[in-house]
Amino acid sequence: MGLTRRKSIIPGFGLSFGIMITILSIIVLIPLASLVIYTAQISWADFVATVTRRRVLASYYVSFLTALIAALINAVMGLALAWVLVRYEFPGKRILDGIIELPFALPTAVAGIALTHLTVSTGWVGSLFARFGIDIAYTRTGITVALVFIGIPFVVRSVQPVLEKIDVQYEEAAAILGAGRVRTFWRVIFPELFPALLSGFTLAFARGIGEYGSVVFIAGNTPYETEIAPLMIMSELQEYDYVSATSIALVMLAIAFLILLVNAILQGVVSRRTKGRD
Amino acid sequence: MKASQARQKKGPFAWFLIILCAVFLCVMLLLPLIYILITAFRDGLEAYLEAVTDEYALKAVSLTLRVTVISVVVNTLFGLAAAWCITFFRFHGKKVISTFIDLPVTISPVIAGLIYVLLFGRQSVLYPFLQNHGIKIVYAVPGIVLATIFVTFPFISRELIPVLTAKGTDEEEAAALFGAGTWTIFRRVTFPHIKWALLYGVVLCTARAMGEFGAVSVLSGHLRGKTNTVPLYVELLYQGYDFTGAFAIASLLVVMALIVLVLRSVVEYKGNKSDDSLK
Repeated sequence: MGLTRRKSIIPGFGLSFGIMITILSIIVLIPLASLVIYTAQISWADFVATVTRRRVLASYYVSFLTALIAALINAVMGLALAWVLVRYEFPGKRILDGIIELPFALPTAVAGIALTHLTVSTGWVGSLFARFGIDIAYTRTGITVALVFIGIPFVVRSVQPVLEKIDVQYEEAAAILGAGRVRTFWRVIFPELFPALLSGFTLAFARGIGEYGSVVFIAGNTPYETEIAPLMIMSELQEYDYVSATSIALVMLAIAFLILLVNAILQGVVSRRTKGRD
Repeated sequence: MKASQARQKKGPFAWFLIILCAVFLCVMLLLPLIYILITAFRDGLEAYLEAVTDEYALKAVSLTLRVTVISVVVNTLFGLAAAWCITFFRFHGKKVISTFIDLPVTISPVIAGLIYVLLFGRQSVLYPFLQNHGIKIVYAVPGIVLATIFVTFPFISRELIPVLTAKGTDEEEAAALFGAGTWTIFRRVTFPHIKWALLYGVVLCTARAMGEFGAVSVLSGHLRGKTNTVPLYVELLYQGYDFTGAFAIASLLVVMALIVLVLRSVVEYKGNKSDDSLK
Protein backbone atom coordinates (compact mmCIF):
# COMPACT_ATOMS: atom_id res chain seq x y z
CA MET A 1 0.00 0.00 0.00
CA GLY A 2 2.29 2.77 -1.19
CA LEU A 3 1.42 6.39 -0.95
CA THR A 4 2.61 7.41 -4.40
CA ARG A 5 -0.10 9.23 -6.24
CA ARG A 6 -0.66 11.07 -9.45
CA LYS A 7 -0.52 14.83 -9.01
CA SER A 8 -3.93 16.36 -8.64
CA ILE A 9 -4.51 20.07 -8.22
CA ILE A 10 -7.36 19.52 -5.78
CA PRO A 11 -6.03 20.10 -2.25
CA GLY A 12 -6.73 18.09 0.87
CA PHE A 13 -5.18 14.73 0.00
CA GLY A 14 -3.07 14.51 3.12
CA LEU A 15 -5.87 15.60 5.43
CA SER A 16 -8.57 13.33 3.99
CA PHE A 17 -6.19 10.36 3.65
CA GLY A 18 -5.02 10.83 7.22
CA ILE A 19 -8.52 10.94 8.69
CA MET A 20 -9.64 8.00 6.56
CA ILE A 21 -6.71 5.75 7.48
CA THR A 22 -6.80 6.66 11.18
CA ILE A 23 -10.48 5.84 11.63
CA LEU A 24 -10.26 2.78 9.37
CA SER A 25 -7.36 1.44 11.43
CA ILE A 26 -9.03 1.94 14.80
CA ILE A 27 -12.42 0.55 13.80
CA VAL A 28 -11.63 -2.14 11.23
CA LEU A 29 -7.95 -2.95 10.61
CA ILE A 30 -6.63 -3.32 14.18
CA PRO A 31 -9.64 -5.35 15.43
CA LEU A 32 -9.40 -7.62 12.38
CA ALA A 33 -5.69 -8.00 12.97
CA SER A 34 -6.45 -9.06 16.53
CA LEU A 35 -8.68 -11.78 15.10
CA VAL A 36 -5.84 -12.96 12.86
CA ILE A 37 -3.32 -12.89 15.72
CA TYR A 38 -5.65 -14.74 18.04
CA THR A 39 -6.35 -17.33 15.34
CA ALA A 40 -2.65 -17.97 14.91
CA GLN A 41 -2.48 -19.01 18.58
CA ILE A 42 -5.21 -21.64 18.24
CA SER A 43 -3.84 -25.11 17.62
CA TRP A 44 -5.10 -26.95 14.56
CA ALA A 45 -6.33 -29.85 16.70
CA ASP A 46 -8.40 -27.53 18.92
CA PHE A 47 -9.85 -25.82 15.88
CA VAL A 48 -10.89 -29.08 14.21
CA ALA A 49 -12.24 -30.51 17.47
CA THR A 50 -14.42 -27.42 17.97
CA VAL A 51 -15.84 -27.04 14.51
CA THR A 52 -16.57 -30.73 14.06
CA ARG A 53 -18.58 -31.05 17.26
CA ARG A 54 -21.97 -32.45 16.23
CA ARG A 55 -23.84 -29.55 17.76
CA VAL A 56 -21.69 -27.02 15.90
CA LEU A 57 -22.03 -28.86 12.59
CA ALA A 58 -25.79 -28.96 13.10
CA SER A 59 -25.83 -25.19 13.68
CA TYR A 60 -23.90 -24.56 10.45
CA TYR A 61 -26.37 -26.77 8.62
CA VAL A 62 -29.38 -24.92 10.09
CA SER A 63 -27.92 -21.49 9.27
CA PHE A 64 -26.91 -22.49 5.76
CA LEU A 65 -30.17 -24.27 4.88
CA THR A 66 -32.56 -21.62 6.22
CA ALA A 67 -30.54 -18.77 4.67
CA LEU A 68 -30.48 -20.56 1.32
CA ILE A 69 -34.23 -21.20 1.25
CA ALA A 70 -34.97 -17.64 2.41
CA ALA A 71 -32.68 -16.18 -0.25
CA LEU A 72 -34.35 -18.30 -2.95
CA ILE A 73 -37.80 -17.10 -1.84
CA ASN A 74 -36.47 -13.55 -1.85
CA ALA A 75 -35.01 -13.97 -5.33
CA VAL A 76 -38.41 -15.00 -6.72
CA MET A 77 -40.45 -12.45 -4.76
CA GLY A 78 -37.83 -9.73 -5.27
CA LEU A 79 -37.93 -10.22 -9.03
CA ALA A 80 -41.75 -10.11 -8.98
CA LEU A 81 -41.73 -6.99 -6.78
CA ALA A 82 -39.19 -5.18 -8.94
CA TRP A 83 -41.21 -6.06 -12.05
CA VAL A 84 -44.48 -4.86 -10.54
CA LEU A 85 -42.92 -1.63 -9.24
CA VAL A 86 -41.20 -0.76 -12.53
CA ARG A 87 -43.70 -1.94 -15.13
CA TYR A 88 -47.17 -1.34 -13.70
CA GLU A 89 -49.11 1.63 -12.39
CA PHE A 90 -51.67 0.88 -9.68
CA PRO A 91 -53.12 2.54 -6.59
CA GLY A 92 -50.89 2.22 -3.54
CA LYS A 93 -47.72 1.70 -5.57
CA ARG A 94 -45.84 4.54 -3.85
CA ILE A 95 -46.59 2.98 -0.46
CA LEU A 96 -45.38 -0.47 -1.53
CA ASP A 97 -42.22 1.10 -2.93
CA GLY A 98 -41.72 3.09 0.28
CA ILE A 99 -41.97 0.18 2.71
CA ILE A 100 -39.53 -2.14 0.87
CA GLU A 101 -36.68 -0.71 2.97
CA LEU A 102 -38.49 -1.30 6.25
CA PRO A 103 -36.25 -4.29 7.14
CA PHE A 104 -33.23 -1.93 6.95
CA ALA A 105 -34.92 0.68 9.13
CA LEU A 106 -36.60 -1.53 11.73
CA PRO A 107 -34.27 -2.90 14.41
CA THR A 108 -33.84 -6.65 13.98
CA ALA A 109 -34.79 -7.49 17.57
CA VAL A 110 -38.09 -5.64 17.16
CA ALA A 111 -38.83 -7.52 13.94
CA GLY A 112 -37.89 -10.74 15.73
CA ILE A 113 -40.32 -10.39 18.63
CA ALA A 114 -43.17 -9.23 16.37
CA LEU A 115 -42.72 -12.12 13.91
CA THR A 116 -42.50 -14.58 16.81
CA HIS A 117 -45.75 -13.38 18.38
CA LEU A 118 -47.52 -13.44 15.01
CA THR A 119 -46.46 -16.98 14.17
CA VAL A 120 -46.82 -18.85 17.48
CA SER A 121 -49.67 -21.35 17.33
CA THR A 122 -52.00 -18.87 19.08
CA GLY A 123 -50.85 -15.86 17.03
CA TRP A 124 -52.72 -14.10 14.22
CA VAL A 125 -50.90 -15.94 11.45
CA GLY A 126 -49.71 -18.99 13.38
CA SER A 127 -53.27 -20.03 14.32
CA LEU A 128 -54.23 -20.24 10.63
CA PHE A 129 -51.36 -22.61 9.95
CA ALA A 130 -51.77 -24.53 13.20
CA ARG A 131 -55.14 -25.80 11.92
CA PHE A 132 -53.26 -27.69 9.23
CA GLY A 133 -50.72 -28.94 11.74
CA ILE A 134 -48.00 -26.53 10.59
CA ASP A 135 -45.92 -24.86 13.29
CA ILE A 136 -43.92 -21.78 12.30
CA ALA A 137 -42.43 -20.20 15.41
CA TYR A 138 -39.71 -22.25 17.15
CA THR A 139 -39.06 -24.34 14.02
CA ARG A 140 -36.75 -24.00 11.03
CA THR A 141 -39.72 -22.62 9.12
CA GLY A 142 -39.82 -19.77 11.61
CA ILE A 143 -36.11 -19.03 11.10
CA THR A 144 -36.73 -18.96 7.35
CA VAL A 145 -39.63 -16.51 7.81
CA ALA A 146 -37.39 -14.14 9.79
CA LEU A 147 -34.66 -14.37 7.16
CA VAL A 148 -37.15 -13.70 4.34
CA PHE A 149 -38.17 -10.54 6.22
CA ILE A 150 -34.55 -9.41 6.58
CA GLY A 151 -33.68 -10.15 2.95
CA ILE A 152 -36.59 -8.50 1.11
CA PRO A 153 -34.83 -5.23 0.15
CA PHE A 154 -31.65 -6.81 -1.24
CA VAL A 155 -33.03 -8.40 -4.42
CA VAL A 156 -35.64 -5.71 -5.13
CA ARG A 157 -33.16 -2.88 -4.83
CA SER A 158 -30.53 -4.52 -7.01
CA VAL A 159 -32.93 -5.62 -9.79
CA GLN A 160 -35.11 -2.48 -9.88
CA PRO A 161 -32.57 0.00 -11.34
CA VAL A 162 -31.46 -2.47 -14.04
CA LEU A 163 -35.05 -3.19 -15.05
CA GLU A 164 -35.74 0.55 -15.26
CA LYS A 165 -32.91 0.93 -17.77
CA ILE A 166 -33.95 -1.89 -20.10
CA ASP A 167 -35.27 -0.32 -23.28
CA VAL A 168 -38.74 -1.59 -24.23
CA GLN A 169 -37.59 -1.47 -27.86
CA TYR A 170 -35.91 -4.84 -27.46
CA GLU A 171 -39.12 -6.41 -26.22
CA GLU A 172 -41.07 -4.80 -29.03
CA ALA A 173 -38.52 -6.07 -31.53
CA ALA A 174 -38.78 -9.57 -30.06
CA ALA A 175 -42.57 -9.39 -30.24
CA ILE A 176 -42.46 -8.24 -33.87
CA LEU A 177 -40.13 -11.11 -34.67
CA GLY A 178 -42.80 -13.40 -33.33
CA ALA A 179 -41.59 -14.29 -29.86
CA GLY A 180 -44.31 -14.88 -27.29
CA ARG A 181 -44.31 -12.98 -23.99
CA VAL A 182 -42.88 -15.86 -21.98
CA ARG A 183 -40.13 -16.41 -24.52
CA THR A 184 -39.39 -12.68 -24.68
CA PHE A 185 -39.00 -12.59 -20.92
CA TRP A 186 -36.65 -15.58 -20.70
CA ARG A 187 -34.59 -14.82 -23.80
CA VAL A 188 -34.49 -11.00 -23.79
CA ILE A 189 -35.13 -9.59 -20.33
CA PHE A 190 -33.96 -12.30 -17.93
CA PRO A 191 -30.35 -12.45 -19.22
CA GLU A 192 -30.07 -8.68 -18.67
CA LEU A 193 -31.41 -8.95 -15.14
CA PHE A 194 -29.47 -12.05 -14.13
CA PRO A 195 -26.29 -10.40 -12.78
CA ALA A 196 -28.31 -8.01 -10.59
CA LEU A 197 -30.58 -10.83 -9.46
CA LEU A 198 -27.56 -12.95 -8.56
CA SER A 199 -25.85 -10.22 -6.56
CA GLY A 200 -29.09 -9.45 -4.70
CA PHE A 201 -29.50 -13.16 -3.95
CA THR A 202 -25.89 -13.40 -2.76
CA LEU A 203 -26.21 -10.41 -0.44
CA ALA A 204 -29.44 -11.76 1.05
CA PHE A 205 -27.86 -15.22 1.46
CA ALA A 206 -24.71 -13.91 3.14
CA ARG A 207 -26.75 -11.65 5.40
CA GLY A 208 -29.02 -14.56 6.33
CA ILE A 209 -26.14 -16.77 7.43
CA GLY A 210 -24.85 -14.12 9.83
CA GLU A 211 -28.20 -12.77 11.03
CA TYR A 212 -28.77 -12.91 14.76
CA GLY A 213 -31.24 -10.37 16.19
CA SER A 214 -34.38 -11.31 14.29
CA VAL A 215 -33.72 -15.05 14.47
CA VAL A 216 -32.95 -15.75 18.14
CA PHE A 217 -36.49 -14.96 19.25
CA ILE A 218 -38.34 -17.01 16.63
CA ALA A 219 -35.89 -19.94 16.53
CA GLY A 220 -36.57 -21.43 19.95
CA ASN A 221 -32.88 -22.39 19.97
CA THR A 222 -33.26 -26.16 20.41
CA PRO A 223 -29.83 -27.83 20.04
CA TYR A 224 -29.41 -29.73 16.72
CA GLU A 225 -32.78 -28.45 15.47
CA THR A 226 -33.05 -24.66 15.54
CA GLU A 227 -29.74 -23.46 16.89
CA ILE A 228 -28.04 -21.08 14.43
CA ALA A 229 -24.27 -20.65 14.09
CA PRO A 230 -24.14 -17.03 15.40
CA LEU A 231 -25.94 -18.24 18.55
CA MET A 232 -23.25 -20.89 19.04
CA ILE A 233 -20.61 -18.12 19.01
CA MET A 234 -22.71 -16.15 21.47
CA SER A 235 -23.01 -19.04 23.93
CA GLU A 236 -19.27 -19.81 23.74
CA LEU A 237 -18.57 -16.15 24.50
CA GLN A 238 -20.87 -16.23 27.49
CA GLU A 239 -18.76 -19.09 28.85
CA TYR A 240 -15.58 -17.11 28.08
CA ASP A 241 -14.46 -19.89 25.71
CA TYR A 242 -12.76 -17.58 23.22
CA VAL A 243 -10.98 -20.39 21.37
CA SER A 244 -14.25 -22.13 20.47
CA ALA A 245 -16.01 -18.85 19.64
CA THR A 246 -13.21 -17.77 17.32
CA SER A 247 -13.00 -21.19 15.63
CA ILE A 248 -16.75 -21.22 14.91
CA ALA A 249 -16.53 -17.62 13.65
CA LEU A 250 -13.63 -18.45 11.31
CA VAL A 251 -15.64 -21.12 9.52
CA MET A 252 -18.55 -18.67 9.16
CA LEU A 253 -16.24 -16.01 7.76
CA ALA A 254 -14.84 -18.57 5.31
CA ILE A 255 -18.36 -19.51 4.16
CA ALA A 256 -19.35 -15.85 3.71
CA PHE A 257 -16.15 -15.20 1.80
CA LEU A 258 -16.78 -18.23 -0.46
CA ILE A 259 -20.30 -17.05 -1.25
CA LEU A 260 -19.04 -13.60 -2.23
CA LEU A 261 -16.24 -15.18 -4.27
CA VAL A 262 -18.60 -17.48 -6.18
CA ASN A 263 -20.77 -14.45 -6.92
CA ALA A 264 -17.77 -12.51 -8.24
CA ILE A 265 -16.74 -15.43 -10.47
CA LEU A 266 -20.27 -15.90 -11.84
CA GLN A 267 -20.58 -12.16 -12.48
CA GLY A 268 -17.34 -12.33 -14.48
CA VAL A 269 -18.58 -15.31 -16.52
CA VAL A 270 -21.90 -13.61 -17.25
CA SER A 271 -20.37 -10.29 -18.28
CA ARG A 272 -17.89 -12.07 -20.58
CA ARG A 273 -20.75 -13.98 -22.21
CA THR A 274 -22.81 -10.84 -22.71
CA LYS A 275 -19.86 -8.98 -24.16
CA GLY A 276 -19.13 -11.88 -26.49
CA ARG A 277 -22.68 -11.77 -27.77
CA ASP A 278 -22.58 -8.12 -28.79
CA MET B 1 -42.31 6.58 -19.55
CA LYS B 2 -44.62 6.94 -22.57
CA ALA B 3 -44.01 3.36 -23.57
CA SER B 4 -45.03 1.97 -20.21
CA GLN B 5 -48.17 4.07 -20.20
CA ALA B 6 -49.07 2.61 -23.59
CA ARG B 7 -49.04 -0.80 -21.94
CA GLN B 8 -51.49 0.22 -19.27
CA LYS B 9 -54.02 -2.38 -20.36
CA LYS B 10 -53.21 -4.99 -17.79
CA GLY B 11 -53.94 -8.63 -18.39
CA PRO B 12 -54.91 -11.12 -15.68
CA PHE B 13 -51.26 -12.05 -15.20
CA ALA B 14 -50.37 -8.46 -14.32
CA TRP B 15 -53.13 -8.29 -11.74
CA PHE B 16 -52.06 -11.64 -10.33
CA LEU B 17 -48.51 -10.35 -9.86
CA ILE B 18 -49.64 -7.06 -8.33
CA ILE B 19 -51.94 -8.79 -5.84
CA LEU B 20 -49.31 -11.42 -4.99
CA CYS B 21 -46.73 -8.71 -4.25
CA ALA B 22 -49.17 -6.55 -2.29
CA VAL B 23 -50.24 -9.50 -0.12
CA PHE B 24 -46.62 -10.56 0.41
CA LEU B 25 -45.55 -7.10 1.58
CA CYS B 26 -48.64 -6.60 3.74
CA VAL B 27 -48.17 -9.92 5.54
CA MET B 28 -44.38 -9.75 5.85
CA LEU B 29 -43.88 -6.04 6.54
CA LEU B 30 -47.07 -4.22 7.51
CA LEU B 31 -48.59 -6.89 9.73
CA PRO B 32 -45.64 -6.96 12.16
CA LEU B 33 -45.78 -3.15 12.44
CA ILE B 34 -49.51 -3.13 13.13
CA TYR B 35 -49.12 -5.96 15.59
CA ILE B 36 -46.46 -4.09 17.58
CA LEU B 37 -48.57 -0.94 17.81
CA ILE B 38 -51.73 -2.84 18.84
CA THR B 39 -49.93 -4.94 21.45
CA ALA B 40 -48.17 -1.88 22.86
CA PHE B 41 -51.52 -0.26 23.62
CA ARG B 42 -53.53 -3.35 24.54
CA ASP B 43 -53.45 -2.60 28.28
CA GLY B 44 -54.44 1.00 27.73
CA LEU B 45 -52.62 4.27 27.37
CA GLU B 46 -51.66 4.40 31.03
CA ALA B 47 -49.79 1.10 30.93
CA TYR B 48 -48.07 2.27 27.74
CA LEU B 49 -46.93 5.55 29.28
CA GLU B 50 -45.81 3.76 32.40
CA ALA B 51 -43.69 1.39 30.31
CA VAL B 52 -42.01 4.06 28.22
CA THR B 53 -41.37 6.42 31.14
CA ASP B 54 -39.95 3.70 33.37
CA GLU B 55 -36.64 4.76 34.92
CA TYR B 56 -34.68 2.02 33.14
CA ALA B 57 -36.44 2.68 29.85
CA LEU B 58 -35.40 6.34 29.98
CA LYS B 59 -31.83 5.33 30.84
CA ALA B 60 -31.78 2.94 27.88
CA VAL B 61 -33.10 5.66 25.57
CA SER B 62 -30.51 8.11 26.83
CA LEU B 63 -27.67 5.59 26.33
CA THR B 64 -28.88 4.72 22.83
CA LEU B 65 -29.06 8.40 21.88
CA ARG B 66 -25.53 9.06 23.16
CA VAL B 67 -24.11 6.01 21.34
CA THR B 68 -25.96 6.98 18.16
CA VAL B 69 -24.71 10.57 18.17
CA ILE B 70 -21.08 9.49 18.63
CA SER B 71 -21.36 6.83 15.91
CA VAL B 72 -22.98 9.18 13.43
CA VAL B 73 -20.40 11.93 14.05
CA VAL B 74 -17.46 9.52 13.61
CA ASN B 75 -18.96 7.91 10.52
CA THR B 76 -19.82 11.28 8.96
CA LEU B 77 -16.26 12.51 9.45
CA PHE B 78 -14.95 9.23 8.04
CA GLY B 79 -17.46 9.17 5.16
CA LEU B 80 -16.57 12.70 4.03
CA ALA B 81 -12.82 12.08 4.27
CA ALA B 82 -13.03 8.71 2.51
CA ALA B 83 -15.28 10.03 -0.27
CA TRP B 84 -12.99 13.05 -0.82
CA CYS B 85 -9.84 10.94 -0.84
CA ILE B 86 -11.17 8.06 -2.96
CA THR B 87 -12.95 10.06 -5.64
CA PHE B 88 -10.55 13.00 -6.10
CA PHE B 89 -7.16 11.28 -5.98
CA ARG B 90 -5.48 8.28 -7.48
CA PHE B 91 -3.22 6.32 -5.18
CA HIS B 92 -1.99 2.77 -4.76
CA GLY B 93 -4.02 0.52 -2.50
CA LYS B 94 -7.29 2.30 -3.21
CA LYS B 95 -9.07 -0.96 -4.06
CA VAL B 96 -7.80 -2.65 -0.92
CA ILE B 97 -8.95 0.28 1.21
CA SER B 98 -12.38 0.28 -0.46
CA THR B 99 -12.73 -3.43 0.25
CA PHE B 100 -11.89 -2.94 3.93
CA ILE B 101 -14.39 -0.08 4.17
CA ASP B 102 -17.20 -2.29 2.87
CA LEU B 103 -16.15 -5.35 4.87
CA PRO B 104 -18.03 -4.60 8.14
CA VAL B 105 -21.50 -4.98 6.60
CA THR B 106 -20.72 -8.44 5.28
CA ILE B 107 -19.58 -9.71 8.68
CA SER B 108 -22.12 -11.22 11.06
CA PRO B 109 -22.87 -8.75 13.89
CA VAL B 110 -21.95 -11.41 16.45
CA ILE B 111 -18.50 -11.77 14.86
CA ALA B 112 -18.17 -7.97 14.85
CA GLY B 113 -18.68 -8.08 18.61
CA LEU B 114 -16.26 -10.99 18.94
CA ILE B 115 -13.32 -9.18 17.32
CA TYR B 116 -13.53 -6.35 19.88
CA VAL B 117 -13.72 -8.88 22.70
CA LEU B 118 -10.53 -10.48 21.32
CA LEU B 119 -8.84 -7.07 21.07
CA PHE B 120 -9.80 -5.66 24.47
CA GLY B 121 -11.04 -8.66 26.51
CA ARG B 122 -9.30 -10.42 29.36
CA GLN B 123 -7.19 -12.73 27.16
CA SER B 124 -5.83 -9.79 25.14
CA VAL B 125 -2.25 -8.50 25.47
CA LEU B 126 -3.76 -5.04 25.97
CA TYR B 127 -5.84 -6.19 28.94
CA PRO B 128 -3.23 -5.63 31.73
CA PHE B 129 -2.56 -2.15 30.35
CA LEU B 130 -6.26 -1.25 30.23
CA GLN B 131 -6.75 -2.74 33.69
CA ASN B 132 -3.90 -0.66 35.17
CA HIS B 133 -5.34 2.53 33.75
CA GLY B 134 -8.87 1.72 34.81
CA ILE B 135 -10.17 1.70 31.24
CA LYS B 136 -13.14 -0.57 30.65
CA ILE B 137 -14.10 -1.25 27.03
CA VAL B 138 -15.65 -4.71 26.90
CA TYR B 139 -18.96 -4.97 28.80
CA ALA B 140 -19.00 -1.17 29.04
CA VAL B 141 -20.16 1.82 27.02
CA PRO B 142 -16.95 2.27 24.93
CA GLY B 143 -17.36 -1.28 23.58
CA ILE B 144 -20.97 -0.56 22.63
CA VAL B 145 -19.86 2.59 20.81
CA LEU B 146 -17.07 0.77 18.91
CA ALA B 147 -19.40 -2.06 17.87
CA THR B 148 -22.02 0.43 16.68
CA ILE B 149 -19.50 2.40 14.62
CA PHE B 150 -18.29 -0.89 13.13
CA VAL B 151 -21.68 -2.16 11.95
CA THR B 152 -22.59 1.22 10.41
CA PHE B 153 -19.11 1.89 9.08
CA PRO B 154 -19.62 2.18 5.29
CA PHE B 155 -23.14 3.64 5.41
CA ILE B 156 -22.19 7.26 4.70
CA SER B 157 -19.16 6.82 2.42
CA ARG B 158 -21.17 4.35 0.32
CA GLU B 159 -23.83 7.01 -0.33
CA LEU B 160 -21.30 9.77 -1.12
CA ILE B 161 -18.80 7.99 -3.38
CA PRO B 162 -21.20 7.17 -6.28
CA VAL B 163 -22.55 10.75 -6.29
CA LEU B 164 -19.06 12.27 -6.39
CA THR B 165 -17.84 9.77 -8.99
CA ALA B 166 -20.78 10.57 -11.27
CA LYS B 167 -20.20 14.30 -10.82
CA GLY B 168 -16.54 14.27 -11.89
CA THR B 169 -13.76 16.56 -10.62
CA ASP B 170 -13.95 19.48 -13.10
CA GLU B 171 -15.56 21.99 -10.76
CA GLU B 172 -13.21 21.23 -7.87
CA GLU B 173 -10.20 21.52 -10.20
CA ALA B 174 -11.42 24.86 -11.51
CA ALA B 175 -11.92 26.14 -7.96
CA ALA B 176 -8.44 24.93 -6.99
CA LEU B 177 -6.92 26.72 -10.01
CA PHE B 178 -8.49 29.93 -8.78
CA GLY B 179 -6.72 29.37 -5.50
CA ALA B 180 -9.56 28.12 -3.30
CA GLY B 181 -8.53 26.12 -0.23
CA THR B 182 -9.79 22.70 0.83
CA TRP B 183 -12.48 24.01 3.16
CA THR B 184 -13.75 26.58 0.65
CA ILE B 185 -13.93 24.01 -2.14
CA PHE B 186 -15.76 21.58 0.11
CA ARG B 187 -18.25 24.13 1.39
CA ARG B 188 -18.93 26.04 -1.83
CA VAL B 189 -18.42 23.47 -4.60
CA THR B 190 -18.69 19.88 -3.32
CA PHE B 191 -21.20 20.15 -0.50
CA PRO B 192 -24.17 21.41 -2.59
CA HIS B 193 -23.87 18.29 -4.74
CA ILE B 194 -23.70 15.78 -1.92
CA LYS B 195 -25.97 17.26 0.73
CA TRP B 196 -28.94 15.00 0.04
CA ALA B 197 -26.81 11.87 -0.28
CA LEU B 198 -25.09 12.85 2.97
CA LEU B 199 -28.41 13.35 4.74
CA TYR B 200 -29.63 9.96 3.53
CA GLY B 201 -26.42 8.31 4.71
CA VAL B 202 -26.80 9.96 8.12
CA VAL B 203 -30.42 8.79 8.32
CA LEU B 204 -29.47 5.18 7.49
CA CYS B 205 -26.59 5.29 9.94
CA THR B 206 -28.83 6.67 12.69
CA ALA B 207 -31.46 3.99 12.16
CA ARG B 208 -28.99 1.14 12.25
CA ALA B 209 -27.06 2.62 15.18
CA MET B 210 -30.22 2.91 17.28
CA GLY B 211 -31.36 -0.58 16.41
CA GLU B 212 -28.17 -2.66 16.43
CA PHE B 213 -28.65 -5.78 18.51
CA GLY B 214 -26.19 -8.61 17.84
CA ALA B 215 -22.86 -6.78 18.04
CA VAL B 216 -23.96 -4.63 20.96
CA SER B 217 -25.32 -7.68 22.74
CA VAL B 218 -21.84 -9.28 22.70
CA LEU B 219 -20.12 -6.20 24.13
CA SER B 220 -22.74 -5.01 26.59
CA GLY B 221 -22.61 -6.38 30.09
CA HIS B 222 -26.43 -6.23 30.04
CA LEU B 223 -26.43 -4.11 33.16
CA ARG B 224 -29.85 -2.56 33.62
CA GLY B 225 -29.60 1.21 33.51
CA LYS B 226 -25.86 1.11 32.70
CA THR B 227 -25.08 -0.76 29.49
CA ASN B 228 -28.55 -1.64 28.23
CA THR B 229 -29.45 0.03 24.95
CA VAL B 230 -33.07 0.23 23.79
CA PRO B 231 -33.04 -3.00 21.72
CA LEU B 232 -31.36 -4.87 24.60
CA TYR B 233 -33.95 -3.46 26.98
CA VAL B 234 -36.70 -4.76 24.70
CA GLU B 235 -35.09 -8.21 24.85
CA LEU B 236 -34.87 -8.03 28.64
CA LEU B 237 -38.56 -7.18 29.01
CA TYR B 238 -39.54 -9.81 26.46
CA GLN B 239 -37.60 -12.53 28.24
CA GLY B 240 -39.23 -11.49 31.49
CA TYR B 241 -42.61 -12.11 29.80
CA ASP B 242 -43.50 -8.42 30.07
CA PHE B 243 -44.86 -8.42 26.53
CA THR B 244 -46.82 -5.19 26.83
CA GLY B 245 -43.71 -3.41 28.07
CA ALA B 246 -41.50 -4.96 25.39
CA PHE B 247 -43.86 -3.98 22.58
CA ALA B 248 -44.37 -0.50 24.08
CA ILE B 249 -40.63 0.17 23.92
CA ALA B 250 -40.49 -1.53 20.52
CA SER B 251 -43.16 0.89 19.29
CA LEU B 252 -40.70 3.75 19.87
CA LEU B 253 -38.31 2.02 17.48
CA VAL B 254 -41.16 1.45 15.01
CA VAL B 255 -41.86 5.19 15.00
CA MET B 256 -38.18 5.80 14.36
CA ALA B 257 -38.20 3.33 11.46
CA LEU B 258 -41.24 5.03 9.91
CA ILE B 259 -39.55 8.44 10.19
CA VAL B 260 -36.51 6.98 8.43
CA LEU B 261 -38.67 5.65 5.58
CA VAL B 262 -40.45 8.98 5.12
CA LEU B 263 -37.15 10.88 5.18
CA ARG B 264 -35.77 8.45 2.64
CA SER B 265 -38.58 9.22 0.20
CA VAL B 266 -38.13 12.97 0.75
CA VAL B 267 -34.37 12.77 0.28
CA GLU B 268 -34.71 10.68 -2.87
CA TYR B 269 -37.24 13.13 -4.30
CA LYS B 270 -35.19 16.22 -3.42
CA GLY B 271 -31.98 14.55 -4.58
CA ASN B 272 -33.47 13.81 -8.01
CA LYS B 273 -34.82 17.33 -8.27
CA SER B 274 -31.57 19.03 -7.32
CA ASP B 275 -29.69 16.77 -9.78
CA ASP B 276 -31.95 18.04 -12.53
CA SER B 277 -31.60 21.68 -11.53
CA LEU B 278 -27.80 21.43 -11.30
CA LYS B 279 -27.71 20.08 -14.82
